[in-house]
Amino acid sequence: MQITVKTFAQTREVCEEPELLLTLSPNASIADAIALLKSRSAKWGLALESHVLTACNQQLCDQQTALSAGDELAIFPPVTGG
Amino acid sequence: MNSLFSHLSLGANVFSVIQQQDFDHTELYQRLHSTAVDTATGNTGAIVTFTGLVRDFNQSGDIDGIVLEHYPGMTEKALFELVEEAVSRFALTSAGAVHRVGRILNNEQIVWVGAAAPHRQAAFDAACFLMDMLKQSVPLWKKEFKGDSEHWVETKASDDKAALKWMKKR
Repeated sequence: MQITVKTFAQTREVCEEPELLLTLSPNASIADAIALLKSRSAKWGLALESHVLTACNQQLCDQQTALSAGDELAIFPPVTGG
Repeated sequence: MNSLFSHLSLGANVFSVIQQQDFDHTELYQRLHSTAVDTATGNTGAIVTFTGLVRDFNQSGDIDGIVLEHYPGMTEKALFELVEEAVSRFALTSAGAVHRVGRILNNEQIVWVGAAAPHRQAAFDAACFLMDMLKQSVPLWKKEFKGDSEHWVETKASDDKAALKWMKKR
C-alpha cells in the first residue's frame, strides 16, 4: 500500500523531503514507516534521531497506530506555538 | 495584500483563526461578547482574554523576530477542536482563539485567546487551559531570527508541566 508522508520544521529541514510517497506492506504501523524512513538516507536517519511526534490524517497519534492505503502521515518535532 | 493567509473556523459559540496578518483585539472581544450574549443571554458574568507578544530577547540574546511554521489543515483543525474542548470542559458561553503564522517582528502580537463564562473562575481557567494546551497539541513551530541567522525554539519543560496539570485534573 502507498501513503503520503509530510514533514515539518526541523524534521523537514534535516531530511530535506517536505513530502513523499512511501510504499509499505499492508497493515504496517507508523513505527514500520519510521523504520523504513530511517534506512532511506543518512539525512532521514539524522532527522529521526530527535524526538518526533506523528499525526495520521491530521490527528496526533502514537507510533503503534496502524496505517491504511492513502493515509497522510505527518512527522514533526514537539510543537512550540503560543 | 489579500494574498495573506487567513483561515476562520466557526461553530455555534466557538471561533478560531489561523492567519498571517495582525489581529484587532477590540474586534475579537466584540465577537466573543456578542456570541456569548446570543448563546446565553444574561448568563455571561465574566470574559477573560489573553494576548501573547514577541519579546525582543531569548536565552541566548537579542532577536529581531520569529517565523511561525504551521501544518495547513491540521493546525486549523487542532486549534478549533481545542477551543471546542474548552467550551465543554468549562461550560463556557463562548470562546475563541487566534494564532498568527509566518514572519512576526519583536513586540508584535502572536496569539489571542478569549473565554466567556457565567463566573470568573471558569473564564480564567479556560484561558489558561487554552494557552497551556495550545503549546502542547497545536502544530506550530517557532524559529527565532536575528539578521541572517536563525534557529528553532526548543520546547520548555515548564510548558510540558503546565499542560500536564490539565491532563491530570479532570
